[in-house]
Amino acid sequence: MPVAFQIALFLACLRVVRRFIVDSFLRSTRPSRKEQIMGKIMLLILAQQRLFAGEKVDSTLVPSIFAPESVPAHSIAHLADFVLAITGVIFVVVASLLVYAVVRFRRRADDDDTEPAQIYGSGPVEAAWTIVPILIVVVLTLTTARVIHEIQDARQPAGALEVQVIGHQWWWEFRYPRLGIVTANELHVPVSRGEVRRPTFLDLRSADVVHSFWVPRLAGKTDLIPNKINSMWIEPERIGLFLGQCAKYCGTQHAKMLLRVYVDTPEDFDRWVREQEKTAEKDPSVAAGRLVFEQTACINCHVIKGTVANGRFGPDLTHLMSRDTLASGALSNSPQELRAWIKSPDQCKPGALMPAMNLKDADLDLLVGYLTTLK
Amino acid sequence: MNGTAKTNEMSGALPLVSIAAPDKNVLDHIHAWLVTVDHKKLGLMYIMYGLFFFVVAGIEVGLIRIQLAVPNNHFLTPQVFNQLFTMHGTTMVFLVGMPLIFGFANYLVPLMIGARDLAFPRLNAFGFWLSVFGGLLLYFSFIGGEGMTGAGSAPDVGWFAYAPLTGRAFSKGHSTDYWTLGIMVGGFGSIATAANIITTILCMRCPGMTLTKMPLLVWLNLIMCGMVLVTISPLTAAQIMLLLDRFVGSHFFDTQAGGSATLWMHFFWIFGHPEVYILVIPAFAIASEVIPVFSRKAIFGYPVMVGATIAIAFVSMSVWAHHMFTIGMTSTGNTFFVVSTMMISVPTGIKIFNWLGTMWGGKLRFDTPMLFGIAFVFHLLIMGLTGVMLAAAPFNWQLNDSYFVIAHFHYVLVGAIVFMIFGGIYYWFPKATGRLLNERLGKWHFWLFLIGFHLTFDTMHIPGVLGMPRRIYTYEAGRGWEILNLICTLGMAVQSVATLVFVWNIVSSIFKGRRAGADPWDAWTLEWATSSPPPEYNFAEIPIVKSRRPLWDIKHPTDPDWKYE
Amino acid sequence: MNAATATDSLNPDGGWTPSKGVVGMTCLIIAESAIFTIFVVAYLFYLGKSQNGPRPQQVLELPILNSICLLSSSVTITFAVHALRKGDTKRFNLWWLVTIALGAYFLFGTGREWQHLIRDEGLTIQTNLFGTTFYSLVGLHASHVVVGLLALLMVMAFALAGSVKQEHAERAHVLSLYWHFVDVVWIVVFTVVYIIGR
Repeated sequence: MPVAFQIALFLACLRVVRRFIVDSFLRSTRPSRKEQIMGKIMLLILAQQRLFAGEKVDSTLVPSIFAPESVPAHSIAHLADFVLAITGVIFVVVASLLVYAVVRFRRRADDDDTEPAQIYGSGPVEAAWTIVPILIVVVLTLTTARVIHEIQDARQPAGALEVQVIGHQWWWEFRYPRLGIVTANELHVPVSRGEVRRPTFLDLRSADVVHSFWVPRLAGKTDLIPNKINSMWIEPERIGLFLGQCAKYCGTQHAKMLLRVYVDTPEDFDRWVREQEKTAEKDPSVAAGRLVFEQTACINCHVIKGTVANGRFGPDLTHLMSRDTLASGALSNSPQELRAWIKSPDQCKPGALMPAMNLKDADLDLLVGYLTTLK
Repeated sequence: MNGTAKTNEMSGALPLVSIAAPDKNVLDHIHAWLVTVDHKKLGLMYIMYGLFFFVVAGIEVGLIRIQLAVPNNHFLTPQVFNQLFTMHGTTMVFLVGMPLIFGFANYLVPLMIGARDLAFPRLNAFGFWLSVFGGLLLYFSFIGGEGMTGAGSAPDVGWFAYAPLTGRAFSKGHSTDYWTLGIMVGGFGSIATAANIITTILCMRCPGMTLTKMPLLVWLNLIMCGMVLVTISPLTAAQIMLLLDRFVGSHFFDTQAGGSATLWMHFFWIFGHPEVYILVIPAFAIASEVIPVFSRKAIFGYPVMVGATIAIAFVSMSVWAHHMFTIGMTSTGNTFFVVSTMMISVPTGIKIFNWLGTMWGGKLRFDTPMLFGIAFVFHLLIMGLTGVMLAAAPFNWQLNDSYFVIAHFHYVLVGAIVFMIFGGIYYWFPKATGRLLNERLGKWHFWLFLIGFHLTFDTMHIPGVLGMPRRIYTYEAGRGWEILNLICTLGMAVQSVATLVFVWNIVSSIFKGRRAGADPWDAWTLEWATSSPPPEYNFAEIPIVKSRRPLWDIKHPTDPDWKYE
Repeated sequence: MNAATATDSLNPDGGWTPSKGVVGMTCLIIAESAIFTIFVVAYLFYLGKSQNGPRPQQVLELPILNSICLLSSSVTITFAVHALRKGDTKRFNLWWLVTIALGAYFLFGTGREWQHLIRDEGLTIQTNLFGTTFYSLVGLHASHVVVGLLALLMVMAFALAGSVKQEHAERAHVLSLYWHFVDVVWIVVFTVVYIIGR
């Protein structure tokens, strides 16, 4: 919206707001309530407009539920629009009646202090405002039921990609059983374009407490519950990076259990899969660092394919450098941050379950040197 | 007997100066309050207790909002933040909401039905002190355990304490135990008080006051107390199970041994959803007294209001899993809860329309209680509509556990309940203390609080829609949430100022407020027929009533209500 | 609106108004029923889901004698209240004592059953989901029997001291309502645990 228009609107609101606040205290009998309520509403609309004008955000990264790029997210957004439209109409009607009542039936200054006619009720009126809401509820319920069925009972087509998601305190494990790859925190899926649909079906499990997988632009959220397998699906229709995070309080670092979903072209996705399938290279120049890794307790929690490291408690590190972030989005993936993370996880992500390994600085440098070769 | 003589008699008070009582010093006064079984004193103590913790929980959320004002803030550590939001929610529901509603019920119900006290006065005191003890136990957690430097052992598992996060494996230390025991003890107090109020209403109404002639506030409190009996108990049961898990090694919610995390969710929300209706129905009750008086009309559709509230009470027991749409129920299960949740909007809407109908054709006076009442209706409308949005399960799959939900339920808890509690305090403060609260300060309080409320909670819907989940101690920059959070924090600051104005109003009016007579608002129910404050025995003679508005009948002898009801 | 005199009956509905004690006790019973319902739901939910350990069919035997004692104590307490209403304090004392004895035997029998389960069958609350739900549900009921017995014993003490008179019949009746509730709960627990569950 043009800046000039916004400024004008803002000043108009300010005038109204100032007038009604000042007036209601100076003139103690009859503030102009219609103006007051109108002013309030305008101020609110304006405030909300200002928000979007002022920010310099890459809008593609804003995880808005009203910017869907996947089939189930589209279904939900359409349902949301429908519900918003109906509730919007109800709001306008009832709020107008309320404002009207407050203005029209206020006690005037010249009132004669008699009591108004006492009306105790009205059968027909009660019937009307019972039946109309019931009809609205019926319509909403039927529409909602249809979308529930559409999303929840969708059958998995033949070409669908299968991913197992396992939630941990406070990172995500992604396993592609049919492809034999394991990664963490950053999910790669192919886009579904053209005639052959290629959705991704996700099986959700938890290794510890309840988590929730939420990438708003791709689908509604589904919980990861220990002892229960939930399933959901996404069908992205555009390539790009989609952000999300855990949406069920799961402990200290719930806030930093971030999600990144990369929707790739089919070629890019296949290339990514091929890279992930490889075992870790045995680069002789970092053999000392690999030795540090294998001789420290790291191998008890982490997997690096091609080494003896076989632990399942922490993320798979075989292709650590193929990721953009570390610690489930808490840090960016650079050697300095990696070094800081290994040196003291609790400083970077307080409460994280990875212990400080108390390595000497020299060993730490070697280790980081080795890990940065894990492409 | 003619009208004026009756009115004098109706004040029912002994002379306000006690005749032969010796001078009481401060300690005697304190002692009188500590050992009292008088429903009025206990009611006021409940309310003071609730208001005190309102300020405490407000400070907690103030700290939260400072932390969230900018992304990646380091004002609070995650551990402290998690304790603060847990304590904020737990305090507001159990140490503010429940005491306030029981305080109002305690104070008003006997007066409105022409009784001298509750049915079991000593049980009343017992229930109050149990609640106090529960609250103190909960707050002791801040210093119990590791002590202040380690931020104590305050609960940090969320107010809903989901399993298995609360199991011994994931919650070492005693934070969860403080949460469980503190609330459980308070829960026993709530059940005792609810039973007390029900017995009072069913057995001690004055002659002529049949069930259909009780004030709506009394009806709604009866319904609320009935709900308490079957709502608090599931939470108590689940908490007993949790304690058994944590202390004797049982496996109710121990997922490693086959226990179920969803079972806790079901039990908790079977409590949790009716609980919010328990909190809001007394707000409905206050509105149903305030709005008619300041519209100068009888409540529109009294029987329908009663019926709608009973319907709400029953249906609210069947909607609980709308808090669990994301846990992976079948589509049939989800659809059932969509239907039941949407259904509850019908009686709620009916009530809104009836309040509107009460105002329609009236002569509205905009004293402070009525300002809060009108705002209450407006907020209830919005809250109901965002509730309908959340009831649409697929929409819920996006909005659940996001800031949209926080905005929705604060519309209920603050926009409806707190607003109407404020309104009720302005309305009945003169009755309880004999002095009016200052109107000018009241208006400042109202407008500031209204602006702050809308700044915070209107805005707060948007981060939810933009993907911001709940219970996060910080958030990433670049997602479009920054300025929205800042605005929410500013609104919080405005509400804090408003609350300070309110506290100042109360404190100064107790000492310097304008004296109120027995009936400063020209109202119609029995509590206005006795002096302000009422004598300990409430009424010199138990009144006999013929209609729902006994004082209207006296003031309008040619046009009494009982001719039309 | 007139003033009523102190002797006017507080009977606004013109008909029968329940006594405060009965209403209050009914409220308590409703709340307690809700608690028991949750434990019963947990029991039924976890039926068959134990991952190991003894199963109900293997270790549970019908506690017939226990149940007969507890249920007949409901009958005897009714006799006691009847007697007190008629002013017959001697019969009241007798039937009240019998009630206490029957209730005490029930507890004793439960204790013996648990001792057998723990010592001989190795079933504790920690063993598996069956152990968890069994001991908590039956234990919750037993704790209510204990509380009831304590109340009955207190009344017994007053009665033996001669303080219980005919005008206290209503109070004894209210207490007997609690005792009846405890018995009804046992019927439910018995059905769920020993019949459905096995």
